[in-house]
Amino acid sequence: MSNVSRRKFLAGGLAGGAAVMLAPAKKALAAGSFTGFPDGMGVLVDLTRCVGCRSCEAACNKEQQLPAPELPFDDLSVFDQTFHHGTQKRRTTEDAYTVVNRYEPENLDKPVYRKIQCNHCNEPSCLTSCFVNAYTKTPEGAVIYNSKVCVGCRTCMVACPFHVPAYSYSKVLDPVVKKCIFCYETRVKHGKPPACVEICPAQALTFGKRKDLLKIAKMRIKKAPDKYQPEIYGESEVGGTSWLYISEAPFEQLGFDTTLQKEPILDNVKGFLGMVPMVLAIWPALFTGFHLLSTKHKDHGHDDSHVEEEEQ
Amino acid sequence: MRGVFLLLISLLLAVNSYAMDSPETVEINALAQYYEPVEFNHQLHVDVAGDCSVCHHHTTGTGTTDLYCSKCHSKFEELVTVSCADCHSADPFSAESIHRQSQQDLFHVDMNGLKGAYHQNCLGCHKEMDGPTGCQDCHTRNKAGDKLFHAGEFAPKAPEQAASH
Repeated sequence: MSNVSRRKFLAGGLAGGAAVMLAPAKKALAAGSFTGFPDGMGVLVDLTRCVGCRSCEAACNKEQQLPAPELPFDDLSVFDQTFHHGTQKRRTTEDAYTVVNRYEPENLDKPVYRKIQCNHCNEPSCLTSCFVNAYTKTPEGAVIYNSKVCVGCRTCMVACPFHVPAYSYSKVLDPVVKKCIFCYETRVKHGKPPACVEICPAQALTFGKRKDLLKIAKMRIKKAPDKYQPEIYGESEVGGTSWLYISEAPFEQLGFDTTLQKEPILDNVKGFLGMVPMVLAIWPALFTGFHLLSTKHKDHGHDDSHVEEEEQ
Repeated sequence: MRGVFLLLISLLLAVNSYAMDSPETVEINALAQYYEPVEFNHQLHVDVAGDCSVCHHHTTGTGTTDLYCSKCHSKFEELVTVSCADCHSADPFSAESIHRQSQQDLFHVDMNGLKGAYHQNCLGCHKEMDGPTGCQDCHTRNKAGDKLFHAGEFAPKAPEQAASH
């Protein structure tokens, strides 16, 4: 009777051990499989169409009730602004969830304007890095956050591969992270396009289901292969983003980080993180089992048992 | 150069029977929320463009000059739908339009909205022909527009050059 249970126990223990050993590989394989919600919305940014009018910045400011800008939104001198000794163009801030920058690519006789905002990743690293679970990826595709639970640790700012989340440094008390939320509460949740898309005069921004936008983008590239770069930025970067870009000039000349991995950032640690609960749950039981088995026929009832062991 | 231009104009006027029933001016007020209506001088553009299909694709009975479009629209037939808004929706991201994007058996799934069609067509040509290209060259902003852009009477009081990061 005791032999059978021991055999069963050992078999179970080995299976458990094997599961622990296999877990990282299995998790890592499964990790890249989430490619966004099937009906998630997105925006296709066609950089060949943008005229640099900054209407999207103005519309965002109004829609999100952000503070008044330092310069009017029709002031195009902001395109000449640089920071950190000319190495960096304008970035998103707590007061501007979207920003348009001007680039002058090498082999193009006209400037290219590029709008930046949160790209609303399929598997956002801001979300996975947040230890208070402030972030949510909604089925509509938006990456939103709950500023009430945000503790202002700024981990998401470090985690974001696009350097998008900004911090309310101006607030002395209770500073929080701020970023584009895809106009989720006021528009996208109700089936309306975000404010920037609606105001864009040249329809440089196309709102639609991400899967349809990918098809539309490929169609535009196919129809004018000389005009467009063959890639869609955001199709697979860090596991895919809801906002997609197509361009005439090479992306690296427009400030895009083309060195980003194609897998979600989370994949780098998912295997390890998946193993932690397994280890915590199985190892204590497993090794307690081993211990009990190895000491089963020894008498634990007497105080002098350890003395006897030492004598042996 | 000017002689060629004048000759072109006179030729156009001669063959302008297509445009006889076209409007002299068109008032465009699709952006009425932020801008005053644009009084579009249609006749001027007919004279400059010469060929209706430059703007009206294949709908005015003059055929199409675009090789890509001509694969289907090669017939020189005048359609009932001629005005821009007849095809290009003023609300290109309505639920209906979004649904349309997913119908892969339709050909024009990637059709521009009215605003996008206007600006891509107009601005593209204006840049080539050295026409006006600034927003307010065509659109005078109204008060709501000034407020949106924080310009005019709503301009920031003490503008600073460097934004904080």
